[in-house]
Amino acid sequence: MTNLNNSSLLEIVNLIKSKKVSSLEITKHFIKNIEKSKKLNSFITTCFEESLKKAKDFDEKKNFDGLLSGVPLAIKDLFCTKNVKTTAGSKILENFIPTYESTVSNNLWSEGAILLGKLNCDEFAMGSSNETSFFGNTINPIGKDLVPGGSSGGSASALAANLTPATIGTDTGGSIRQPASFTGTVGLKPTYGLCSRWGIVAFASSLDQAGPMTKNVKDCALLLEAMSGYDEKDSTSINKKKEKYSKNLSEKIKGLKIGIPKEYRVENMPKEIDILWKKGIDILKKSGAKIVDISLPHTKYALPTYYIVAPAEASSNLARYDGVKYGYRSKKGKNLIEMYENTRGEAFGDEVKRRILIGTYVLSSGYYDAYYLKAQKVRKLIKNDFDKCFKNVDAILTPSTPSSAFKIGEKTNDPISMYLNDIFTVPVNLAGIPAISIPAGQDKQGHPLGLQLITNTLDEQKILNIALAMEKSIAFKQSIDRWWE
Amino acid sequence: MSIDKNQVKKVAKLSRISLDDSKLESLSKDLASILNFVEQLNKLDTKKIEPLTSVVNKTLDPRKDKINDGEIKNEILKNSPEKNEDFFIVPKVVE
Repeated sequence: MTNLNNSSLLEIVNLIKSKKVSSLEITKHFIKNIEKSKKLNSFITTCFEESLKKAKDFDEKKNFDGLLSGVPLAIKDLFCTKNVKTTAGSKILENFIPTYESTVSNNLWSEGAILLGKLNCDEFAMGSSNETSFFGNTINPIGKDLVPGGSSGGSASALAANLTPATIGTDTGGSIRQPASFTGTVGLKPTYGLCSRWGIVAFASSLDQAGPMTKNVKDCALLLEAMSGYDEKDSTSINKKKEKYSKNLSEKIKGLKIGIPKEYRVENMPKEIDILWKKGIDILKKSGAKIVDISLPHTKYALPTYYIVAPAEASSNLARYDGVKYGYRSKKGKNLIEMYENTRGEAFGDEVKRRILIGTYVLSSGYYDAYYLKAQKVRKLIKNDFDKCFKNVDAILTPSTPSSAFKIGEKTNDPISMYLNDIFTVPVNLAGIPAISIPAGQDKQGHPLGLQLITNTLDEQKILNIALAMEKSIAFKQSIDRWWE
Repeated sequence: MSIDKNQVKKVAKLSRISLDDSKLESLSKDLASILNFVEQLNKLDTKKIEPLTSVVNKTLDPRKDKINDGEIKNEILKNSPEKNEDFFIVPKVVE
């Protein structure tokens, strides 16, 4: 049998479609890998019995119409899954069993995929290292003492460790792209509105967007095609025809103009990142693209804008966790208000509390104009920067992160130093445009580093094409010794 | 911007989050450093700028006002921490 650990999602799809391997064999293979991966702590919930049953059913019926026919997949525990526990990495949802399925995960099952389990993440997706999860740290398969990034850290860890052939995450300020960069995998944040938000545990609704996390760009195109699409249940879903990203994939990028923004050359950026960026520029030049120097003058204001907008929206979204209809409830409290306060005090983690407090503060009477309204105005300036640039360039190339994966515990004492990790990823969320991180090299310690491509609204085909061309030239290789087994 | 322990208590009250007194000190320090960080925005003149409230330019699509699910009362109640037949139970609200 083919070594499934080296197989991409597309290869697995083809193995099943050509009847070389059954869905049951593939599912058993990944279950075996997952059972040996306890040390990584990338799973919160597994549902093997149900997965095996579905794989058997699939093999009996043999319907190969779907894009993901018979493929087992694990997904971030932020997507509500009907009758399967969904925690968002929080104690407050420790025992929550949704009565409905998120649109995006439902799209995967409609294309023939089978759920393996739910992947660890930062609590309510608030974090850049997976260290805020109530269910403990997830470990980066690259190294025992390294974080996998966050918030989709469990997704990135499971993908890099071959516990799932591909996965989906969510990205509010970099939560798909930063962990992809930290684990040597591909992560795409689509245009805001391309993938439905319905049934995803909400963090910051004007920024949240689901996207694919895969081993390569072809897989990324396939998974995006499967998960995206208009949904009337999401009022900000974009109503347009479904694209055939994988069929239209082309590595011909000759003549495209790629912008290099000077503002992304930040102070104290490790030399290795700068070298990597230059390598990316050279590769694009060799592929026939034209390199243009551009300016996105409000870049440095993106992070402070984000840390007003995101907590403000989070404080409103998380008001629903009150211990009444579902979730954890405190046993302490003499009256209803005290019950609310104790429930939320006992069941939210420190980072979630910090963000709710900041959000409540910036929205409170007397501060709204100074903080929230101001941030929305600066958000407009950031969007204008991108709009202006995309009149002249097809895409923008930047590093994905200012460093490679850091050590567990290294940044937990200083929220600001943790926030700075998202410096290159946040502007894109504020502007609602797509961005992809692809593995582009390694630093001195052998830890992977990613490059980020950004395009204009709904230019997913273009971003995938450029990424494919770069991937071919970079020929990134990573060998992980499966030390956790 | 500094934010003292009393302000933290007030915001915690508004947020319906009980806090240990022992955590107030470090929390007010954290919040002050975050507020200090975001106040960089004051360097920008935004008098003539319209706030961006959504990146999707669309008007809401109207839909038919019809029931498309329901009859799942028991499933919904299963998730409740405390229930009694058809009701969610909460601590006494009215004396």
